[in-house]
Amino acid sequence: MAKYLLLKHYRGAPAAVNDVPMDQWAPEEITAHIQYMNDFAARLEKTGEFVDSQALSPEGTFVRYDGEGRPPVTDGPFAETKDVIAGWMVIDVDSYERAVELAGELSAAPGAGGRPIHEWLELRPFLGVHSTVTDTECIFK
Amino acid sequence: MNEVLLRSLTPSVLGILVRRGADFAAAEDAVQDALVEAVRVWPDDPPRDAKGWLVTVAWRRFLDATRAETARRRREDLVDEEPAPGPAPASDDTLQLYFLCAHPKLTPSSAVALTLRAVGGLTTRQIARAYLVPEATMAQRISRAKRTVSDVRFDQPGDVATVLRVLYLVFNEGYSGDVDLAAEAIRLTRQLAAAIDHPEVAGLLALMLLHHARRAARTAPDGSLVPLAEQDRGRWDTTLIAEGVTILQVALARDRLGEFQAQAAIAALHADAPTAEETDWVQIVEWYDELVGLTDSPIVRLNRAVAVGEADGPRAGLAALAVLEDSLPRYTAVAAYLHERDGDLKTAARLYAEAALKAPSLAERDHLTRQAARLNARRSR
Repeated sequence: MAKYLLLKHYRGAPAAVNDVPMDQWAPEEITAHIQYMNDFAARLEKTGEFVDSQALSPEGTFVRYDGEGRPPVTDGPFAETKDVIAGWMVIDVDSYERAVELAGELSAAPGAGGRPIHEWLELRPFLGVHSTVTDTECIFK
Repeated sequence: MNEVLLRSLTPSVLGILVRRGADFAAAEDAVQDALVEAVRVWPDDPPRDAKGWLVTVAWRRFLDATRAETARRRREDLVDEEPAPGPAPASDDTLQLYFLCAHPKLTPSSAVALTLRAVGGLTTRQIARAYLVPEATMAQRISRAKRTVSDVRFDQPGDVATVLRVLYLVFNEGYSGDVDLAAEAIRLTRQLAAAIDHPEVAGLLALMLLHHARRAARTAPDGSLVPLAEQDRGRWDTTLIAEGVTILQVALARDRLGEFQAQAAIAALHADAPTAEETDWVQIVEWYDELVGLTDSPIVRLNRAVAVGEADGPRAGLAALAVLEDSLPRYTAVAAYLHERDGDLKTAARLYAEAALKAPSLAERDHLTRQAARLNARRSR
């Protein structure tokens, strides 16, 4: 029982095998892709492993504190930003192996020519809020 | 009647329905409905016989659902069968339920969810909140688990060890949402101990009580970890400790040692020390040797290295650590600690920082980062 974040990148991940920009796909290939993603999420809900899924706009704003009494400073978007997140899915699974298996399935979503994209997805474990109670006896408690 | 008391009736009510011929999945749904109804109705109109009330309401719900779903013939068979509660005593039903919900065919997370619902009487929403997943996901996890065990005979004997592993998982989840899972694990383990006489069940119960006794002292008000040696021992719950020690002694006297009894013995030795300095580390190392013999677990060897470091000095601890795989979870944290004890603050600080990056939880990461910062600040002074 561990939660993992599956991160999908607009930019920043290594190039996919079937690396064709989406606007070059046939319209029905786009439909098939979206259907695959929806089916995948629905299937994970059925297996009791789905937690959350969101897509993000490619462009955002950088914001920082600018001192007492002053409004925050905003900047960007920056065309040169290397790492741009496209969206995520959060899963709750029994093992790391299962998380890898599911990420592999999601990466098989069909793209140009109806063939799998083989897109690189980033898999990141959540930090638990608590330590497990009994296995860190000596040093932590 | 409070909610916990109400929920404690769950296994026997469910057992009665199953023995009357209801299939497990439908009976479980019906009992949940009856529990919800009880919470609604009882405050204004408390029943004389709580269990009898639940059986009647759950059975009626089950029949309603069955009528809606199955053929007329099956329904009539069931109605004909109606009264006669099962011949077996309730404690057997309870035990069978534990076995079913921890069946080896289930994944750990399914077994946990099913146990909390069918044995613990928690609602799907409560379980979902405790595990921080959407209610719909938890509902699917539970109904899938029920399908997985649908062909398992209710009276099939099971393995206590699988049940203990599930309860141990629940306990280790601690506290989140509106359900105190550690307290619930203790309640379910107590109930199991009442249904079966087994030294490892007692061992696990003792282990849980001894750890739970230190809970208030284990975290600071801001949520940060307080290591064992720095805990305010005045805040340990002496009643829970006394109960845990007594249960453990009775179990150990039967001379059928198992891993939970050995773990509980270690926890008891910590609980027994008036100050951290007075901890009997030599005996703790002996118990770790027993545990290594019982489990051959690398995690146990890692914990043992810490104990060796206390009993025989940090160099001995580092030697015990050196033979282990450095990819083990918390290996680097242990190495940092032993190097600090050995006076090598520079190495210790570097290892604490490295361990923080690998920490599996937020509280541990913050704790380890603070340790690194503490040593770095001391060295730069």
